[in-house]
Amino acid sequence: MEITFQFDWAAAFGSIPHLLPGVPWTLLISFGGLAIGFFIGILFGLLRISPLRWLRWPAIVYVEVFRGTPILVQVLFIFYGLPQLLGSPINALTAGIAAIAVNSGAYISEIVRGGVQSIERGQREASLSLGLSRSQAFRYVIWPQAFRRMIPPLGNQGIISIKDTSLFSVIGVGELVRQGQIYIATTFTALEVYFMVALMYLVITWTLSILLRQLERRGLAGQ
Amino acid sequence: MNDDATQPIVRMQALNKHFGDLHVLKDIDLEIVPGEVVVVIGASGSGKSTLIRCINGLEEYQLGKLEVDGSQLLPFGKSNRALQRIRTEVGMVFQQFNLFPHLSVVENITLAPMKVRGWSRADALETANRLLERVGITDQAHKYPAQLSGGQQQRVALARALAMEPRLMLFDEPTSALDPEMIGEVLDAMRELAKEGMTMVIVTHEMGFAREVADRVIFIHQGEITEQGEPESLFDNPQHERTQSFLSRVLTH
Repeated sequence: MEITFQFDWAAAFGSIPHLLPGVPWTLLISFGGLAIGFFIGILFGLLRISPLRWLRWPAIVYVEVFRGTPILVQVLFIFYGLPQLLGSPINALTAGIAAIAVNSGAYISEIVRGGVQSIERGQREASLSLGLSRSQAFRYVIWPQAFRRMIPPLGNQGIISIKDTSLFSVIGVGELVRQGQIYIATTFTALEVYFMVALMYLVITWTLSILLRQLERRGLAGQ
Repeated sequence: MNDDATQPIVRMQALNKHFGDLHVLKDIDLEIVPGEVVVVIGASGSGKSTLIRCINGLEEYQLGKLEVDGSQLLPFGKSNRALQRIRTEVGMVFQQFNLFPHLSVVENITLAPMKVRGWSRADALETANRLLERVGITDQAHKYPAQLSGGQQQRVALARALAMEPRLMLFDEPTSALDPEMIGEVLDAMRELAKEGMTMVIVTHEMGFAREVADRVIFIHQGEITEQGEPESLFDNPQHERTQSFLSRVLTH
């Protein structure tokens, strides 16, 4: 009986040197975008729970717009659409980082809001009753507790954003999937190459998972 | 600051509070003088917790006058500066302890003295250790709240409030969330504090404790002070029918 399964391990391993140049691009877009997204998320997450309505509604609009539209459309809009508005081109790397930043920023806003709102009202009351100002209560009591609760969902968002960068092959930025496509165009070994591409994403996301689990464990040690 | 011992530290005049349509406090008149221990009793929902939470501005009121430690607390929470000053002079112990779970016992106690009073770490630590000893918590200073029993947590919460050297202490049902065997240790610490002359306003269901430590007992019914007086007269000879029926319900079981 003939074996129909044909997986060419040599082709798979042979593709590694051609795929590796994509890794730094994937990491740069992911972590560059997430770093900015984190600050956007904190800013808009806190605006979202402001007692002032005129601070709240821009945050609501921001979250709804960027959470409610596909990230692929967002990056296409930034890369192809915005230059028509600005009159100058935007390079693919910048567009990719910007897309991850605004997209993850919207989700992180919700994570921040949820984290802060999850802290029992009594924590704030106890802080105020001791004479702490509202900002001191937030800084020393509410935020440290909220941040601990935010670590698991933030890790989740990090992993999602890393995988989202694979979509940016469409704007020609040389990340992992793009490198794979280029290589397959000359070798026609789609099975092996996409397998290796998937494996590389898995290595990146798995490493992040392990790091986060350690961070979480250390963060919870005091509780 | 008001150092005249004969001047009331709390002065409420015709205080009214609404939660939406609900009229929680109705024309409350109340004066508390330094050194006095006042126990507030009443059924749940009578407004007794709301009453003491108005004193440090955790609840705002809408109508009337409120003066605490010589500062006016304005209606609708519109007195931010006075409010923070009052809160540094008025300590509070909560039903649910509300210790800060991410800070150790000693950090719970030193936070406010260092950040609000501007004490050095060394001074704050010294005070914390002295207070922990006073409430009977030793060798636990570096544990976290979750590692302590409920009774220990509440005593730490008391030490935390006392570290600010308050002129007035508020207690909002301090033993209601405790297992029965731990109520005694918290009441003991409060009894001690009363003996030392602290001005205290206590909302509690512990009638025996109220009778023993209170200078004055206030009975609140549906947001109104129905009756008040020395514990002996109020417990043994209540004048008002509502007080009688409330006491017969809580004292006979």
